[in-house]
Amino acid sequence: MYDVVIIGAGVSGSSIARELSRYQVNVCVLEKEEDVCCGTSKANSGIVHAGYDAEPGSLMAKLNVQGNKMMESLSKELDFSFARTGSFVVCTEEENIPKLEALQKRGIKNGVENLQILGKEEALAMEPNLSEDTVAVLYAPTAGIVCPFGLNIAMAENAAVNGVSFFFDTKVETIERMRLAEHPGTSELSENEKAGFQIKTSRGTFEAKYIVNAAGVYADRFHNMVSEKKIKITPRKGEYFLLDKSAGKHVSRTIFALPGKYGKGVLVSQTVHGNLLVGPTATDLDDKEGNYTTADGLAEIREKSGNCVKNIPLRSVITSFAGLRAHEEGHEFLIGELEDVPGFIDCAGIESPGLTSAPAIGKMVAGILKEKMDLKEDPNFQGTRKGILDPSRLSLEEHNELIQKNPAYGNMICRCEMISEGEILDAIHRPLGAKSLDGIKRRTRAGMGRCQSGFCSPRTMEILSRELKVPMEELTKSGGGSKLITGHSKEIYQGEDAE
Amino acid sequence: MKTYDIVIIGGGPAGLAAAVSARKQGEESIVILERDKELGGILNQCIHNGFGLHTFQEELTGPEYAARFMKQVEELGIEYRLNTMVVEISSDKVVTAMSRRDGMYQIRAKALILAMGCRERARGALNIPGYRPAGIYSAGTAQRLVNKEGFMPGRKVVILGSGDIGLIMARRMTLEGAEVKVVAELMPYSGGLKRNIVQCLDDYDIPLKLSHTVIDIKGKERVEGIVLAEVDETNRPIPGTEEFYECDTLLLSVGLIPENELSAQMGIALSNVTSGPVVDESLETNLDGVFACGNVLHVHDLVDFVSEEAATAGKNAACYVKNERMKSGISIPIKAENGVRYTVPSRIDPERMEEKQIVRFRVGKVYKNCRICAFLDGEQIISRKRPVVAPGEMEQVILKKEWFEQPPECTDGSGHELIIRIEE
Amino acid sequence: MERKELICIGCPMGCPVTVEMNGENVVSVTGNTCPRGERYARKEVTDPTRIVTSTVKVRGGAELLVPVKTKEDIPKGKIFECMKALTGVEVSAPIGIGDVIISDVAGTGVDIVATKEVRSVGKAD
Repeated sequence: MYDVVIIGAGVSGSSIARELSRYQVNVCVLEKEEDVCCGTSKANSGIVHAGYDAEPGSLMAKLNVQGNKMMESLSKELDFSFARTGSFVVCTEEENIPKLEALQKRGIKNGVENLQILGKEEALAMEPNLSEDTVAVLYAPTAGIVCPFGLNIAMAENAAVNGVSFFFDTKVETIERMRLAEHPGTSELSENEKAGFQIKTSRGTFEAKYIVNAAGVYADRFHNMVSEKKIKITPRKGEYFLLDKSAGKHVSRTIFALPGKYGKGVLVSQTVHGNLLVGPTATDLDDKEGNYTTADGLAEIREKSGNCVKNIPLRSVITSFAGLRAHEEGHEFLIGELEDVPGFIDCAGIESPGLTSAPAIGKMVAGILKEKMDLKEDPNFQGTRKGILDPSRLSLEEHNELIQKNPAYGNMICRCEMISEGEILDAIHRPLGAKSLDGIKRRTRAGMGRCQSGFCSPRTMEILSRELKVPMEELTKSGGGSKLITGHSKEIYQGEDAE
Repeated sequence: MKTYDIVIIGGGPAGLAAAVSARKQGEESIVILERDKELGGILNQCIHNGFGLHTFQEELTGPEYAARFMKQVEELGIEYRLNTMVVEISSDKVVTAMSRRDGMYQIRAKALILAMGCRERARGALNIPGYRPAGIYSAGTAQRLVNKEGFMPGRKVVILGSGDIGLIMARRMTLEGAEVKVVAELMPYSGGLKRNIVQCLDDYDIPLKLSHTVIDIKGKERVEGIVLAEVDETNRPIPGTEEFYECDTLLLSVGLIPENELSAQMGIALSNVTSGPVVDESLETNLDGVFACGNVLHVHDLVDFVSEEAATAGKNAACYVKNERMKSGISIPIKAENGVRYTVPSRIDPERMEEKQIVRFRVGKVYKNCRICAFLDGEQIISRKRPVVAPGEMEQVILKKEWFEQPPECTDGSGHELIIRIEE
Repeated sequence: MERKELICIGCPMGCPVTVEMNGENVVSVTGNTCPRGERYARKEVTDPTRIVTSTVKVRGGAELLVPVKTKEDIPKGKIFECMKALTGVEVSAPIGIGDVIISDVAGTGVDIVATKEVRSVGKAD
């Protein structure tokens, strides 16, 4: 029996796992996909919000500001990409300036530091591609950008190194309270909450004293399996364009539109890897797997993209994608033990600013469990982690030395992002290593560049096949049925009778 | 730092022909840098026949065509380095390269020939909505999997784009055991050679749907089908024309883009039309002593013309190293007009130009019974009748040096006007 | 008199060619710009043929596959039989361009030849 079973290896689940791994406690994470960071966590804006958006006093506001403050030191401890680049909220209509001021006031109440309102001239001097219609902007220097995969993977890896078990391709089917009779040895534990849970999955049954429900868009399903007080999580789709690095310097901060006569706008932001991101849209769905892009959605981004930023080179789009936000009706994070189900801890409704809040969410949930179980710190906890080496940061001499020592770093696999076999081998063989093309992509960026894996995918597949000792026909893009190869050439002629 | 007279980036058909030509000019110090484990570039996976009629007066397969040039490179003792990736080139022609064997190092070039080829446009550039499942391949990636590794990327295939690689892959997939359901083309005409429509589609009863595009991709894990729709004159899907095709694979053959990231980094001016460097009659870019040829310059249909163009670049690079054929200072811009999208070269030095200077170009749409015309300072110098010209087939005109022997007074070229246009 | 419209595949120009036929007999060929066009048209309406290219597996080579082709064109109707004959064939490196991989494929009298050199690995050659 595990002390804690966390459902979901997204950014929330992984953060909670990492925070729990500081203590002497037996934790596992169940993930229905083949890898960490496969749901909401992989397809979002990658923005570290300053914290002026959420309602003062809300959990969202508190965790946003806390998470933002934690991000920098965490990025150093766990070696993922983060940059405090700042953000603008752009007001293009004179009559909306009071709204901008209200936003500033709300931010101050939430504890956001250094918020300033800038006039057009000052704003354009800082961001020359801002719309000429700009009237004023709210400048939040504490906002930033993070690699969403990097953050999620780093926390999960660190949790794994510190003893948390991860079970992939493990889909939770039912959750039931265990009857005490099944545990004769624990009969003295008369309290309901000590009886624990039985979790049936696609890969066998797990038992847990505590469950953390960090299941993203599926959190309502698991919550409603055990609780009488039902919740509803609506998948709210956001579609995006990712532009080539040649467009990455179009803006240097994250540019949001102040909601105005055009409705809610789209953001324009540099990513930590130097691309330009434009989006998202917002469409409510019933389908929790509906992360497909639509003609209407892409048209909407195109239309709105110019509202606050001019001359966006949309011909440099290298890919479009869609993610699903886990939207809860009250638009608030639901974090805490269920009143009617002791031992079951929700971490639901984690939508924006969920990524920013993740470090604080981990702390908060671990704190709840620490108190409940009276957890002791693990003296062997290893709080730092080295990410995959990025040779582009090395000098020519150092880079040369690296290749001399490990020639795999001299074998370039992804020409667009300049990723060598060395980084790919590291991605495969490190804790919770990559098993699929997308797993490699999220860890190394190989295949994420302008040719979108046309050049490197056969080469990466060869390496995956060789290293994991899996035949090419079994390799997947992203686990499950996403096989890349359907067989061998000419095999349909085999077994045909010779004439 | 080692210095070479000529460093050639890329050992595909362009790089090989440039090297051979430069050596034949007496140039001794040449090195070819090639990222793959063998010379020949993309020809190695183009195992179909149809190459070389122009160059060798016989029909060869891609590997055979490459082998002819590789043999010359070997016989002429030209140095080449395989498995070598060029990561940066500075504007003063210092090349930073890396390989497993040699690590990271720099070499200096007196003259540089860019021959990096091109890459395929990916799905992202088309904004096709839908899921992002396995089973979406660019045609060239599928070609590599099938022809170099013997793997089938799919069993039931839809191909978007009727460029030559798409057509060639329709036949290849059919021969190797897949069912190709349809080839869809956004434009009202095919982007490929007519003979490829005959021998790759018609021979196997594969339908070609012009003015059609993919508007949705079904299947979350692996492609399960696509929706095709007819498009109007503005390329917008026409409601009511949607048709579902069950398939497990979508191959994209939707255009090639010259691979000029290194060129842009070193400060070479690129054309908005071709995405390749802007070059003069010597195929020299805006940077002194940096030449470009082949698909990195502009995308070709036929490798024979790549070889021919590259030979010119090789020869001119050798002349540059020897300080021969210096620039006269006069540079006449070529204006592409009325249907002519661009020209390569786009400027001509009337003193440095060849006796018969080839100017290659593409048209923007299909013209029937038209004339290709050239005007020098208002005077018609060429008027060639063509039954049909199409964007998928590169055209050329030949300018004679004698026409330029008495240029008007001004020497900066601005006084001259050379226009190439289509007249209907 | 029957007219057939063809596109010549003899070279990349793709000339539209018209063949006039009287039963089995070709009466005239027009539209071609070179003799190759006439040859192609006469053959295409009576006995169409194609070059077939593919790959076969290599044992002990620097590459997994070697590309091959029919040395001359074979009847169109024999294309798939030819592909079947190539199925399961494995050859040992080293291989040179022009090496015969299968002689008289599918009863056409035409050989399958290698179109690329493949060096052997693992032992000195």
